[in-house]
Amino acid sequence: MAELKLMKGNEALAEAAIRAGVDAYFGYPITPQSEVIEYLMAERPEKRTGMVVLQAESEVAAINMVYGAASTGKKVMTSSSSPGISLKQEGISYIAGAELPAVIVNVVRGGPGLGTIQPSQADYFQSVKGGGHGDYKLYVLAPASVQEMSDFVADAFDIAFKYRAPVLILSDGLIGQMMEKVVLRDQIERITDEDLIKNQGSWATTGKKDRHRNIITSLDLQSEKMEARVHRLQKKYKQMELEDLRYETIQCDDADYLIVAYGSSARISQKAVELARNKGIKLGLLRPITLFPFPKKQLFDLADQVKGILSVELNSGQMVEDVKLAVEHKVPVEHFGRTGGIIHTPEEVLEALEQKIIKHGDFRHHKTRESSIL
Amino acid sequence: MEILDIIKPENQVFCKTKLMTDTTLSYCPGCGHGTAHNLTMEVIDEMGIVEDTIGVAPVGCSVLAYDFMNIDMTQAAHGRAPAVATGIARTWPEKYVFTYQGDGDLAAIGTAETIHACNRGENIVIIFINNGIYGMTGGQMAPTTLEGMHTSTSPYGRDIENMGSPLKITELIANLPGVYYVTRQSVHTHKHVRKAKKAIRNAFENTRLKKGLSFVEIVSNCNSGWKMTPNESNIWMEEHMFPYFPLGDIKVNGKLK
Ligand SMILES: Cc1ncc(C[n+]2csc(CCOP(=O)(O)OP(=O)(O)O)c2C)c(N)n1
Ligand code: SF4
Ligand SMILES: [Mg+2]
Repeated sequence: MAELKLMKGNEALAEAAIRAGVDAYFGYPITPQSEVIEYLMAERPEKRTGMVVLQAESEVAAINMVYGAASTGKKVMTSSSSPGISLKQEGISYIAGAELPAVIVNVVRGGPGLGTIQPSQADYFQSVKGGGHGDYKLYVLAPASVQEMSDFVADAFDIAFKYRAPVLILSDGLIGQMMEKVVLRDQIERITDEDLIKNQGSWATTGKKDRHRNIITSLDLQSEKMEARVHRLQKKYKQMELEDLRYETIQCDDADYLIVAYGSSARISQKAVELARNKGIKLGLLRPITLFPFPKKQLFDLADQVKGILSVELNSGQMVEDVKLAVEHKVPVEHFGRTGGIIHTPEEVLEALEQKIIKHGDFRHHKTRESSIL
Repeated sequence: MEILDIIKPENQVFCKTKLMTDTTLSYCPGCGHGTAHNLTMEVIDEMGIVEDTIGVAPVGCSVLAYDFMNIDMTQAAHGRAPAVATGIARTWPEKYVFTYQGDGDLAAIGTAETIHACNRGENIVIIFINNGIYGMTGGQMAPTTLEGMHTSTSPYGRDIENMGSPLKITELIANLPGVYYVTRQSVHTHKHVRKAKKAIRNAFENTRLKKGLSFVEIVSNCNSGWKMTPNESNIWMEEHMFPYFPLGDIKVNGKLK
């Protein structure tokens, strides 16, 4: 039965994993997401659904346990926060290369280095531009509420199995730690081994029975074969762009100005839209729900309507580069964001919009345009 | 006598099991890897467990083990095979899961994954090919390279003061409670091949009985990396590798020898 509860984002995600019929979770503690494994351990999912939960010796080991279980067609996930996600990059690259379904959760904290345990969105580049080595992308879902922390687990697995590709849930310390109401989805039965072999038997390494052997690898020593593999991946990414883009527009219909923001920044920016509207500024918000695929066309079209765009992120300016690429210099695009674990207020966001876009936007825009032509 | 008079089942001492594919081995002639592959596949065949066996290939000369072993296999990142095997074994507790790893893979880059899979007592088999060198990348120093041994990254010989001592990871692992069976074998003579096969069989029987982790080290030659003929390399192995890495059982039925 669907159930209404007050929960932390991290706990909602963990509970959703059990209810989504996930077969295994492998992780290593790190703030601000240790509640995920703590909640799972306390819930005894091995008794509730038969789900395996194991604390690995490192994030490197955890992601490789995910790789192993995923290679057999199991529904498997891990979670961590920024420094731990850096360690997982090798494994994520292998999962992408070997074309395996898996879900990885990053509850982002500030960096670089050990940084801060406070919330941040500074892992945008790492998440959408590859992160690990090689020609691959992740399908990236960015929850902006505890509800989405819960809902996106099953959604992420749907995509992971649809494409046989790794999916990243890119959250942050704010969404992970805050408590909100959440409607939990119904329990889904874990798939039986027999059904798994029936569904995934064409590729998964479940033991060679009544068929040729299955091999999971990311290695192709023949260049033509490797190029074919890379092309196969790129085809999946194209299809994701066509079929599985997700975004939300808030008050964009009559907007003169636009904020682009995801995750916790989108929550704050939504408040800034209200403040602006109270002052008579027609501000709208475009919230990418998937960061890859990115709502490029929607931004390109909105750029014909608005006078300027502010990309609001808890970092020094990362997504703004993709916004600029999408907008193709039609209107000024600026970035605003605090770092170090400081969370900008709606007032600060509105002030940045007024200063950077409404007051100076055109001037700066033309200046950068000229120099880029030279 | 014609050759066909000799090639008869009753005269056959060793043959290629059907669990080895017909793909030509990529190993240098004389290298122990091929024999170790064949033994592992023979054991799986004889136990009749191919339907329930999943192998994990390493990064090293045996990265393409899945081209030769006619079973389901997953290729792991360098050193991560024990973690990959853990992921498989934990979600398929009734399966036979094994890793096949070189010394660089298992005892250098994958030390943490190896120790912890062993310490958790994962119900898997680890087959560890110790040739004292990085064969695949062209003969660099390995954690198991002997003192004074010349490699491309220890061109004047391994200097203990500077580079540390050759790592006896097998002895280290034997001390972990989760590990049920530890043995060190070789495959360079018929006699040793027979013993090694018994050891591998024992290891997979332990998996059947859910006894925990079984660890079979095979001290092997790398004639190319050691820059010797196959025969010279086997003699060198007996004279130099075996004194430091003595053959025999180290832990049986959970008890140190
Ligand atoms: C992360 C990473 N680092 C380094 C390498 C390069 N590399 C490939 S195989 C290998 C050493 C293999 O030696 P060993 O495990 O002893 O296997 P052998 O070839 O001797 O059987 C190295 C360093 C790699 N593939 N990945
Ligand atoms: S390089 Fe060494 S380990 Fe590799 S195949 Fe040749 S002899 Fe064997
Ligand atoms: Mg080696």
